[in-house]
Amino acid sequence: MAILEVKDIHKSFGKTEVLKGISFSMEEGQVLSIIGSSGSGKTTLLRCICFLESADTGKILLDGAPLFDGDAPPLKPAAQRHLQTKIGLVFQQFNLFPQYNVLDNVTLAVKLRAKERPDFKKNRKQIYAEIEEKAKVLLAKMGLSDKLENYPCELSGGQQQRVSIARAMALEPKILFFDEPTSALDPELTGEILKVIRELAAEHMTMVIVTHEMNFAKEVSDHIVFMDHGVIAEEGRALDLFENPQTDRLKAFLSSHN
Amino acid sequence: MEKIIEQFPIVFQALNSGFLQTLKLFCTTLLGALPLGLIIAFGSMSKFKPLSAVVRTFVWIIRGSPLMIQLLIIYYFPGLVWNNPIWGSGENGRFLAATVAFIINYACYFSEIYRGGIQSIPVGQHEAAQVLGMSKGQTFFRVILLQVVKRIVPPMSNEIITLVKDTSLARIIALHEVLFTGENFLTGSRGIAGEVWPLFFTGVYYLIFSGLLTILFNKIEKKLSYFKV
Ligand SMILES: Nc1ncnc2c1ncn2[C@@H]1O[C@H](COP(=O)(O)OP(=O)(O)OP(=O)(O)O)[C@@H](O)[C@H]1O
Ligand SMILES: [Mg+2]
Repeated sequence: MAILEVKDIHKSFGKTEVLKGISFSMEEGQVLSIIGSSGSGKTTLLRCICFLESADTGKILLDGAPLFDGDAPPLKPAAQRHLQTKIGLVFQQFNLFPQYNVLDNVTLAVKLRAKERPDFKKNRKQIYAEIEEKAKVLLAKMGLSDKLENYPCELSGGQQQRVSIARAMALEPKILFFDEPTSALDPELTGEILKVIRELAAEHMTMVIVTHEMNFAKEVSDHIVFMDHGVIAEEGRALDLFENPQTDRLKAFLSSHN
Repeated sequence: MEKIIEQFPIVFQALNSGFLQTLKLFCTTLLGALPLGLIIAFGSMSKFKPLSAVVRTFVWIIRGSPLMIQLLIIYYFPGLVWNNPIWGSGENGRFLAATVAFIINYACYFSEIYRGGIQSIPVGQHEAAQVLGMSKGQTFFRVILLQVVKRIVPPMSNEIITLVKDTSLARIIALHEVLFTGENFLTGSRGIAGEVWPLFFTGVYYLIFSGLLTILFNKIEKKLSYFKV
Protein backbone atom coordinates (compact mmCIF):
# COMPACT_ATOMS: atom_id res chain seq x y z
CA MET A 1 0.00 0.00 0.00
CA ALA A 2 1.18 3.51 -0.77
CA ILE A 3 2.38 5.51 2.22
CA LEU A 4 1.27 8.79 0.68
CA GLU A 5 -1.61 9.15 -1.72
CA VAL A 6 -2.66 12.49 -3.16
CA LYS A 7 -5.87 12.39 -5.13
CA ASP A 8 -7.10 15.18 -7.38
CA ILE A 9 -6.17 18.08 -5.11
CA HIS A 10 -7.49 21.49 -6.10
CA LYS A 11 -6.55 24.73 -4.39
CA SER A 12 -7.37 28.34 -5.26
CA PHE A 13 -6.29 31.61 -3.68
CA GLY A 14 -9.18 33.93 -4.40
CA LYS A 15 -9.82 33.57 -8.11
CA THR A 16 -6.45 32.06 -9.08
CA GLU A 17 -6.43 28.31 -9.16
CA VAL A 18 -2.93 27.29 -8.06
CA LEU A 19 -3.40 23.50 -7.91
CA LYS A 20 -5.59 22.13 -10.69
CA GLY A 21 -6.04 18.48 -9.80
CA ILE A 22 -2.82 16.98 -8.45
CA SER A 23 -2.63 13.20 -8.05
CA PHE A 24 0.36 11.04 -7.21
CA SER A 25 1.35 8.36 -4.76
CA MET A 26 4.55 6.98 -3.31
CA GLU A 27 5.78 3.89 -1.49
CA GLU A 28 7.44 3.71 1.90
CA GLY A 29 11.21 4.21 1.76
CA GLN A 30 11.08 6.07 -1.54
CA VAL A 31 12.47 9.49 -2.33
CA LEU A 32 10.27 11.64 -4.52
CA SER A 33 11.43 14.96 -5.91
CA ILE A 34 9.13 17.68 -7.15
CA ILE A 35 10.59 19.98 -9.76
CA GLY A 36 9.04 22.78 -11.76
CA SER A 37 9.38 26.46 -12.50
CA SER A 38 8.67 29.23 -10.04
CA GLY A 39 4.97 29.67 -9.30
CA SER A 40 4.00 26.23 -10.52
CA GLY A 41 2.49 25.37 -7.11
CA LYS A 42 5.16 23.18 -5.49
CA THR A 43 5.19 24.99 -2.15
CA THR A 44 1.40 25.21 -2.09
CA LEU A 45 1.18 21.45 -2.61
CA LEU A 46 3.54 20.73 0.30
CA ARG A 47 1.69 23.20 2.51
CA CYS A 48 -1.63 21.51 1.73
CA ILE A 49 -0.21 18.14 2.77
CA CYS A 50 1.38 19.53 5.95
CA PHE A 51 -1.79 21.30 7.20
CA LEU A 52 -0.39 24.79 6.62
CA GLU A 53 -3.03 25.36 3.95
CA SER A 54 -6.32 23.64 3.46
CA ALA A 55 -6.99 22.26 -0.01
CA ASP A 56 -10.40 22.95 -1.58
CA THR A 57 -11.23 19.48 -2.89
CA GLY A 58 -9.59 16.11 -3.24
CA LYS A 59 -8.08 13.60 -0.83
CA ILE A 60 -4.73 13.14 0.87
CA LEU A 61 -4.04 9.84 2.62
CA LEU A 62 -1.09 8.96 4.84
CA ASP A 63 -0.78 5.23 5.39
CA GLY A 64 -4.44 5.00 4.44
CA ALA A 65 -5.57 7.56 7.02
CA PRO A 66 -7.03 10.80 5.63
CA LEU A 67 -4.98 13.94 6.22
CA PHE A 68 -7.49 15.76 4.10
CA ASP A 69 -10.80 14.76 2.64
CA GLY A 70 -12.72 17.37 0.70
CA ASP A 71 -15.94 15.39 1.20
CA ALA A 72 -15.65 15.09 4.99
CA PRO A 73 -15.79 17.73 7.72
CA PRO A 74 -12.35 19.12 8.69
CA LEU A 75 -10.32 17.21 11.27
CA LYS A 76 -10.61 18.14 14.95
CA PRO A 77 -7.53 20.01 16.28
CA ALA A 78 -6.45 17.07 18.45
CA ALA A 79 -6.73 14.60 15.57
CA GLN A 80 -4.86 16.95 13.28
CA ARG A 81 -2.04 17.39 15.81
CA HIS A 82 -1.74 13.65 16.14
CA LEU A 83 -1.32 13.26 12.37
CA GLN A 84 0.87 16.33 12.19
CA THR A 85 3.66 14.64 14.14
CA LYS A 86 3.75 11.80 11.60
CA ILE A 87 4.91 14.21 8.93
CA GLY A 88 7.95 16.45 9.15
CA LEU A 89 8.58 19.61 7.15
CA VAL A 90 11.93 21.30 6.59
CA PHE A 91 11.56 24.94 5.59
CA GLN A 92 13.64 26.91 3.15
CA GLN A 93 14.21 29.54 5.88
CA PHE A 94 15.00 26.98 8.66
CA ASN A 95 12.64 28.70 11.16
CA LEU A 96 14.63 27.59 14.19
CA PHE A 97 13.46 28.92 17.55
CA PRO A 98 16.03 31.65 18.30
CA GLN A 99 15.75 31.59 22.10
CA TYR A 100 16.58 27.87 22.41
CA ASN A 101 19.97 26.30 21.94
CA VAL A 102 20.51 23.55 19.39
CA LEU A 103 19.65 20.69 21.73
CA ASP A 104 16.51 22.40 23.03
CA ASN A 105 15.36 23.23 19.50
CA VAL A 106 15.47 19.52 18.73
CA THR A 107 13.89 18.29 21.99
CA LEU A 108 11.22 20.96 22.67
CA ALA A 109 8.36 19.45 20.67
CA VAL A 110 9.27 15.88 21.67
CA LYS A 111 9.23 16.81 25.34
CA LEU A 112 5.89 18.59 24.99
CA ARG A 113 4.45 15.53 23.29
CA ALA A 114 5.85 13.26 26.00
CA LYS A 115 3.72 15.14 28.55
CA GLU A 116 0.70 13.39 27.09
CA ARG A 117 2.09 9.97 28.01
CA PRO A 118 0.26 8.34 30.93
CA ASP A 119 3.50 7.50 32.72
CA PHE A 120 4.93 11.01 32.29
CA LYS A 121 4.47 12.18 35.89
CA LYS A 122 6.10 9.08 37.30
CA ASN A 123 9.06 8.79 34.92
CA ARG A 124 9.60 12.40 33.91
CA LYS A 125 13.34 12.52 34.53
CA GLN A 126 13.98 9.30 32.71
CA ILE A 127 11.75 10.21 29.77
CA TYR A 128 13.53 13.55 29.34
CA ALA A 129 16.95 11.90 29.58
CA GLU A 130 15.99 9.42 26.87
CA ILE A 131 14.70 12.19 24.62
CA GLU A 132 17.94 14.12 25.05
CA GLU A 133 20.02 11.02 24.34
CA LYS A 134 18.15 10.39 21.11
CA ALA A 135 18.49 14.03 20.10
CA LYS A 136 22.23 13.90 20.67
CA VAL A 137 22.54 10.83 18.48
CA LEU A 138 20.59 12.61 15.74
CA LEU A 139 22.71 15.74 16.04
CA ALA A 140 25.88 13.66 15.94
CA LYS A 141 24.67 12.21 12.64
CA MET A 142 24.26 15.76 11.40
CA GLY A 143 27.82 16.55 12.47
CA LEU A 144 26.69 18.95 15.17
CA SER A 145 27.92 17.27 18.35
CA ASP A 146 30.06 20.26 19.25
CA LYS A 147 27.19 22.74 18.80
CA LEU A 148 24.63 21.41 21.27
CA GLU A 149 24.80 24.47 23.51
CA ASN A 150 24.98 27.05 20.72
CA TYR A 151 22.11 29.34 19.78
CA PRO A 152 20.86 29.58 16.19
CA CYS A 153 22.34 33.07 15.75
CA GLU A 154 25.77 31.55 16.36
CA LEU A 155 25.46 29.03 13.51
CA SER A 156 26.04 29.18 9.76
CA GLY A 157 23.05 28.74 7.48
CA GLY A 158 24.10 25.20 6.67
CA GLN A 159 24.38 24.32 10.35
CA GLN A 160 20.99 25.88 11.06
CA GLN A 161 19.41 23.85 8.29
CA ARG A 162 20.97 20.66 9.69
CA VAL A 163 19.51 21.48 13.11
CA SER A 164 16.10 21.96 11.53
CA ILE A 165 16.38 18.57 9.82
CA ALA A 166 17.28 17.00 13.17
CA ARG A 167 14.35 18.82 14.79
CA ALA A 168 11.95 17.37 12.22
CA MET A 169 13.49 13.88 12.53
CA ALA A 170 13.27 13.91 16.33
CA LEU A 171 9.52 13.29 16.20
CA GLU A 172 10.23 10.15 14.15
CA PRO A 173 7.93 11.12 11.29
CA LYS A 174 6.83 8.55 8.76
CA ILE A 175 7.62 10.94 5.95
CA LEU A 176 9.76 14.05 5.69
CA PHE A 177 9.07 16.98 3.34
CA PHE A 178 11.69 19.49 2.21
CA ASP A 179 10.82 22.78 0.54
CA GLU A 180 13.94 23.93 -1.29
CA PRO A 181 16.18 23.14 1.68
CA THR A 182 19.27 24.69 0.09
CA SER A 183 17.80 27.77 -1.61
CA ALA A 184 18.56 30.12 1.30
CA LEU A 185 22.18 28.94 1.52
CA ASP A 186 25.38 30.12 -0.06
CA PRO A 187 26.38 27.72 -2.87
CA GLU A 188 29.35 26.37 -0.89
CA LEU A 189 27.00 25.33 1.95
CA THR A 190 24.46 23.42 -0.14
CA GLY A 191 26.74 20.38 -0.25
CA GLU A 192 26.52 19.68 3.46
CA ILE A 193 22.70 19.62 3.34
CA LEU A 194 22.61 17.42 0.26
CA LYS A 195 24.98 15.02 1.99
CA VAL A 196 22.64 14.74 4.99
CA ILE A 197 19.65 14.08 2.73
CA ARG A 198 21.66 11.47 0.82
CA GLU A 199 22.44 9.71 4.10
CA LEU A 200 18.78 9.75 5.09
CA ALA A 201 17.91 8.27 1.69
CA ALA A 202 20.44 5.50 2.24
CA GLU A 203 18.59 4.66 5.47
CA HIS A 204 15.34 4.48 3.47
CA MET A 205 13.75 7.51 5.05
CA THR A 206 10.63 8.35 3.04
CA MET A 207 11.12 11.85 1.66
CA VAL A 208 9.49 14.38 -0.65
CA ILE A 209 11.90 17.04 -1.83
CA VAL A 210 11.07 20.22 -3.69
CA THR A 211 14.31 21.33 -5.28
CA HIS A 212 15.95 23.31 -8.03
CA GLU A 213 19.12 21.18 -7.80
CA MET A 214 18.55 18.98 -10.84
CA ASN A 215 21.69 16.88 -10.55
CA PHE A 216 20.91 16.15 -6.96
CA ALA A 217 17.26 15.28 -7.71
CA LYS A 218 18.38 12.90 -10.45
CA GLU A 219 20.91 11.20 -8.20
CA VAL A 220 18.92 10.84 -4.96
CA SER A 221 15.33 10.31 -6.14
CA ASP A 222 13.46 7.19 -7.09
CA HIS A 223 10.65 9.14 -8.65
CA ILE A 224 10.30 12.65 -10.08
CA VAL A 225 7.18 14.78 -10.39
CA PHE A 226 7.39 17.72 -12.78
CA MET A 227 4.83 20.43 -12.04
CA ASP A 228 3.82 23.15 -14.43
CA HIS A 229 1.11 25.76 -13.85
CA GLY A 230 -0.68 23.76 -11.19
CA VAL A 231 -0.71 20.38 -12.90
CA ILE A 232 1.67 17.44 -13.03
CA ALA A 233 2.92 17.72 -16.57
CA GLU A 234 5.12 14.65 -16.41
CA GLU A 235 6.29 12.10 -13.86
CA GLY A 236 8.36 8.97 -13.84
CA ARG A 237 11.48 7.21 -12.64
CA ALA A 238 14.29 9.66 -12.09
CA LEU A 239 16.63 8.36 -14.77
CA ASP A 240 13.94 7.99 -17.44
CA LEU A 241 12.57 11.42 -16.83
CA PHE A 242 15.88 13.23 -17.02
CA GLU A 243 17.39 11.18 -19.86
CA ASN A 244 14.25 10.86 -21.85
CA PRO A 245 11.75 13.70 -21.24
CA GLN A 246 8.51 13.21 -23.16
CA THR A 247 6.81 16.61 -23.04
CA ASP A 248 8.02 19.83 -24.61
CA ARG A 249 7.42 21.65 -21.34
CA LEU A 250 9.80 19.38 -19.44
CA LYS A 251 12.36 19.53 -22.24
CA ALA A 252 12.26 23.33 -22.11
CA PHE A 253 12.44 23.34 -18.31
CA LEU A 254 15.41 20.98 -18.21
CA SER A 255 17.36 22.87 -20.84
CA SER A 256 16.88 26.11 -18.92
CA HIS A 257 18.16 24.43 -15.76
CA ASN A 258 21.48 23.17 -17.00
CA MET B 1 20.61 78.26 53.13
CA GLU B 2 20.53 77.86 56.89
CA LYS B 3 16.76 78.02 56.77
CA ILE B 4 16.67 75.18 54.28
CA ILE B 5 18.93 73.04 56.44
CA GLU B 6 16.62 73.72 59.34
CA GLN B 7 13.47 72.84 57.34
CA PHE B 8 14.99 69.88 55.56
CA PRO B 9 14.17 67.09 58.05
CA ILE B 10 10.50 68.08 58.17
CA VAL B 11 10.22 68.44 54.41
CA PHE B 12 12.18 65.27 53.76
CA GLN B 13 9.90 63.24 55.97
CA ALA B 14 6.79 64.66 54.32
CA LEU B 15 8.14 64.11 50.81
CA ASN B 16 9.10 60.54 51.65
CA SER B 17 5.57 59.70 52.66
CA GLY B 18 4.32 61.48 49.53
CA PHE B 19 6.69 59.44 47.43
CA LEU B 20 5.41 56.28 49.05
CA GLN B 21 2.00 57.18 47.63
CA THR B 22 3.62 57.81 44.22
CA LEU B 23 5.30 54.43 44.41
CA LYS B 24 2.07 52.71 45.38
CA LEU B 25 0.27 54.26 42.42
CA PHE B 26 3.13 53.25 40.12
CA CYS B 27 3.18 49.64 41.29
CA THR B 28 -0.58 49.05 41.29
CA THR B 29 -0.79 50.59 37.82
CA LEU B 30 1.83 48.19 36.48
CA LEU B 31 0.28 45.23 38.29
CA GLY B 32 -3.09 45.97 36.69
CA ALA B 33 -2.08 47.36 33.31
CA LEU B 34 0.51 44.77 32.27
CA PRO B 35 -1.95 41.82 32.20
CA LEU B 36 -4.97 43.92 31.19
CA GLY B 37 -2.95 45.28 28.26
CA LEU B 38 -2.35 41.74 27.01
CA ILE B 39 -6.08 40.98 27.14
CA ILE B 40 -6.83 44.21 25.25
CA ALA B 41 -4.13 43.32 22.71
CA PHE B 42 -5.77 39.95 22.02
CA GLY B 43 -9.14 41.70 21.76
CA SER B 44 -7.82 44.15 19.20
CA MET B 45 -6.30 41.30 17.16
CA SER B 46 -9.45 39.16 17.35
CA LYS B 47 -10.70 37.65 14.11
CA PHE B 48 -14.21 38.45 15.33
CA LYS B 49 -14.50 41.86 13.62
CA PRO B 50 -17.08 43.54 15.91
CA LEU B 51 -14.92 42.79 18.96
CA SER B 52 -11.70 44.07 17.45
CA ALA B 53 -13.49 47.20 16.17
CA VAL B 54 -14.91 48.01 19.62
CA VAL B 55 -11.57 47.36 21.33
CA ARG B 56 -9.62 49.44 18.83
CA THR B 57 -12.04 52.36 19.14
CA PHE B 58 -11.73 52.23 22.92
CA VAL B 59 -7.92 52.19 22.69
CA TRP B 60 -8.03 55.13 20.28
CA ILE B 61 -10.21 57.17 22.66
CA ILE B 62 -7.99 56.47 25.65
CA ARG B 63 -4.72 57.09 23.82
CA GLY B 64 -6.09 60.10 21.98
CA SER B 65 -7.25 62.07 25.01
CA PRO B 66 -5.30 63.49 27.95
CA LEU B 67 -4.87 61.26 30.97
CA MET B 68 -5.70 64.30 33.10
CA ILE B 69 -9.21 64.49 31.65
CA GLN B 70 -9.67 60.76 32.15
CA LEU B 71 -8.63 61.18 35.79
CA LEU B 72 -11.12 64.00 36.35
CA ILE B 73 -13.95 62.13 34.63
CA ILE B 74 -13.35 58.91 36.53
CA TYR B 75 -13.06 60.73 39.86
CA TYR B 76 -15.94 63.19 39.55
CA PHE B 77 -18.37 61.57 37.12
CA PRO B 78 -19.98 59.05 39.48
CA GLY B 79 -20.64 61.65 42.17
CA LEU B 80 -21.71 64.57 39.97
CA VAL B 81 -23.74 62.76 37.32
CA TRP B 82 -25.03 59.64 39.03
CA ASN B 83 -25.17 61.19 42.48
CA ASN B 84 -23.29 58.12 43.54
CA PRO B 85 -19.77 58.95 44.75
CA ILE B 86 -18.50 55.37 44.48
CA TRP B 87 -14.92 56.30 45.34
CA GLY B 88 -15.65 57.42 48.88
CA SER B 89 -14.09 60.52 50.33
CA GLY B 90 -10.57 61.03 51.52
CA GLU B 91 -7.20 59.86 50.36
CA ASN B 92 -8.27 56.22 49.91
CA GLY B 93 -11.06 57.19 47.53
CA ARG B 94 -8.75 59.40 45.53
CA PHE B 95 -6.16 56.66 45.34
CA LEU B 96 -8.72 54.15 44.12
CA ALA B 97 -9.99 56.49 41.40
CA ALA B 98 -6.45 57.38 40.33
CA THR B 99 -5.49 53.69 40.16
CA VAL B 100 -8.46 52.84 37.96
CA ALA B 101 -7.74 55.74 35.59
CA PHE B 102 -4.05 54.91 35.35
CA ILE B 103 -4.62 51.19 34.82
CA ILE B 104 -7.10 51.78 31.98
CA ASN B 105 -4.87 54.39 30.36
CA TYR B 106 -1.66 52.44 30.59
CA ALA B 107 -3.27 49.12 29.63
CA CYS B 108 -4.23 50.75 26.32
CA TYR B 109 -0.70 51.99 25.69
CA PHE B 110 0.75 48.60 26.65
CA SER B 111 -1.75 46.78 24.44
CA GLU B 112 -0.42 48.57 21.36
CA ILE B 113 3.14 47.64 22.29
CA TYR B 114 2.11 44.00 22.83
CA ARG B 115 0.24 43.97 19.54
CA GLY B 116 3.20 45.37 17.62
CA GLY B 117 5.47 42.83 19.29
CA ILE B 118 3.24 39.84 18.64
CA GLN B 119 2.59 40.80 15.02
CA SER B 120 6.30 41.34 14.35
CA ILE B 121 7.14 37.67 15.00
CA PRO B 122 7.57 35.98 11.59
CA VAL B 123 4.75 33.64 10.61
CA GLY B 124 7.42 30.95 10.05
CA GLN B 125 7.81 30.62 13.82
CA HIS B 126 4.12 29.74 14.20
CA GLU B 127 4.28 27.38 11.23
CA ALA B 128 7.41 25.61 12.46
CA ALA B 129 5.78 25.04 15.85
CA GLN B 130 2.57 23.84 14.21
CA VAL B 131 4.27 21.26 12.00
CA LEU B 132 6.06 19.98 15.10
CA GLY B 133 2.63 19.22 16.55
CA MET B 134 2.52 21.98 19.16
CA SER B 135 -0.86 23.34 20.20
CA LYS B 136 -1.72 27.04 19.89
CA GLY B 137 -1.11 27.58 23.61
CA GLN B 138 2.21 25.74 23.58
CA THR B 139 3.27 27.74 20.54
CA PHE B 140 2.46 31.04 22.22
CA PHE B 141 3.97 30.31 25.62
CA ARG B 142 6.97 28.20 24.58
CA VAL B 143 7.97 29.81 21.28
CA ILE B 144 6.42 33.22 20.69
CA LEU B 145 6.25 34.88 24.11
CA LEU B 146 9.94 35.28 24.92
CA GLN B 147 10.64 36.63 21.44
CA VAL B 148 7.87 39.17 21.96
CA VAL B 149 9.29 40.09 25.37
CA LYS B 150 12.68 40.71 23.85
CA ARG B 151 11.19 42.95 21.18
CA ILE B 152 9.03 44.98 23.53
CA VAL B 153 11.51 45.65 26.33
CA PRO B 154 12.79 48.91 24.77
CA PRO B 155 9.36 50.47 24.04
CA MET B 156 8.01 49.16 27.36
CA SER B 157 10.83 50.74 29.33
CA ASN B 158 10.09 54.08 27.68
CA GLU B 159 6.45 53.79 28.60
CA ILE B 160 7.16 52.74 32.18
CA ILE B 161 9.56 55.63 32.73
CA THR B 162 6.86 57.94 31.40
CA LEU B 163 4.53 56.41 33.98
CA VAL B 164 6.94 57.42 36.76
CA LYS B 165 6.46 61.04 35.80
CA ASP B 166 2.77 60.71 34.87
CA THR B 167 1.89 59.68 38.42
CA SER B 168 2.21 63.40 39.27
CA LEU B 169 -0.96 64.00 37.22
CA ALA B 170 -2.91 62.51 40.14
CA ARG B 171 -2.27 65.81 41.85
CA ILE B 172 -5.25 67.16 39.85
CA ILE B 173 -7.59 65.18 42.11
CA ALA B 174 -5.51 66.14 45.15
CA LEU B 175 -3.90 62.76 45.69
CA HIS B 176 -1.09 63.29 48.16
CA GLU B 177 1.67 62.00 45.95
CA VAL B 178 5.12 63.51 46.17
CA LEU B 179 4.57 66.53 43.90
CA PHE B 180 1.42 67.66 45.70
CA THR B 181 3.14 67.13 49.05
CA GLY B 182 5.94 69.43 47.94
CA GLU B 183 3.52 71.99 46.60
CA ASN B 184 1.77 72.12 49.98
CA PHE B 185 4.78 73.87 51.49
CA LEU B 186 3.85 76.91 49.38
CA THR B 187 0.43 77.27 50.95
CA GLY B 188 1.42 75.97 54.32
CA SER B 189 1.99 72.54 55.78
CA ARG B 190 3.62 71.25 58.96
CA GLY B 191 4.44 74.77 60.08
CA ILE B 192 6.20 75.72 56.87
CA ALA B 193 4.65 78.13 54.36
CA GLY B 194 5.72 80.18 51.37
CA GLU B 195 8.60 77.84 50.51
CA VAL B 196 9.03 76.79 46.87
CA TRP B 197 12.20 74.72 47.20
CA PRO B 198 10.38 71.56 48.44
CA LEU B 199 8.34 71.55 45.22
CA PHE B 200 11.51 71.77 43.13
CA PHE B 201 13.18 69.17 45.32
CA THR B 202 10.53 66.58 44.39
CA GLY B 203 12.25 66.40 40.99
CA VAL B 204 15.13 64.58 42.69
CA TYR B 205 12.78 61.72 43.60
CA TYR B 206 11.66 61.30 40.00
CA LEU B 207 15.23 61.46 38.73
CA ILE B 208 16.54 58.83 41.12
CA PHE B 209 13.60 56.51 40.55
CA SER B 210 13.72 56.71 36.77
CA GLY B 211 17.49 56.31 36.92
CA LEU B 212 17.12 53.07 38.88
CA LEU B 213 14.52 51.80 36.40
CA THR B 214 16.81 52.61 33.48
CA ILE B 215 19.53 50.49 35.07
CA LEU B 216 17.04 47.67 35.64
CA PHE B 217 15.83 47.73 32.02
CA ASN B 218 19.38 47.74 30.70
CA LYS B 219 20.01 44.64 32.80
CA ILE B 220 16.95 42.92 31.34
CA GLU B 221 18.01 43.84 27.80
CA LYS B 222 21.46 42.36 28.49
CA LYS B 223 19.90 39.21 29.91
CA LEU B 224 17.96 38.72 26.67
CA SER B 225 20.88 39.52 24.37
CA TYR B 226 21.96 35.87 24.10
CA PHE B 227 19.60 35.38 21.19
CA LYS B 228 18.55 37.41 18.16
CA VAL B 229 15.03 37.84 16.82
N1 LIG C 1 -1.14 32.74 0.36
C1 LIG C 1 -1.25 33.00 -0.95
N2 LIG C 1 -2.16 33.89 -1.39
C2 LIG C 1 -2.30 34.16 -2.71
N3 LIG C 1 -1.57 33.58 -3.66
C3 LIG C 1 -0.65 32.68 -3.30
C4 LIG C 1 -0.43 32.36 -1.94
N4 LIG C 1 0.56 31.43 -1.87
C5 LIG C 1 0.94 31.21 -3.14
N5 LIG C 1 0.22 31.95 -4.01
C6 LIG C 1 0.36 31.93 -5.48
O1 LIG C 1 0.28 30.60 -5.89
C7 LIG C 1 1.17 30.35 -6.97
C8 LIG C 1 2.04 29.14 -6.65
O2 LIG C 1 2.90 29.49 -5.60
P1 LIG C 1 3.92 28.46 -4.96
O3 LIG C 1 4.63 29.17 -3.88
O4 LIG C 1 3.21 27.22 -4.61
O5 LIG C 1 4.93 28.20 -6.16
P2 LIG C 1 6.29 27.38 -6.18
O6 LIG C 1 6.18 26.37 -7.23
O7 LIG C 1 6.63 26.94 -4.80
O8 LIG C 1 7.33 28.50 -6.65
P3 LIG C 1 8.86 28.74 -6.22
O9 LIG C 1 9.67 27.79 -7.04
O10 LIG C 1 9.10 30.16 -6.62
O11 LIG C 1 8.96 28.51 -4.76
C9 LIG C 1 1.94 31.61 -7.20
O12 LIG C 1 1.39 32.28 -8.30
C10 LIG C 1 1.71 32.41 -5.94
O13 LIG C 1 1.72 33.78 -6.21
MG1 LIG D 1 8.15 27.41 -3.40
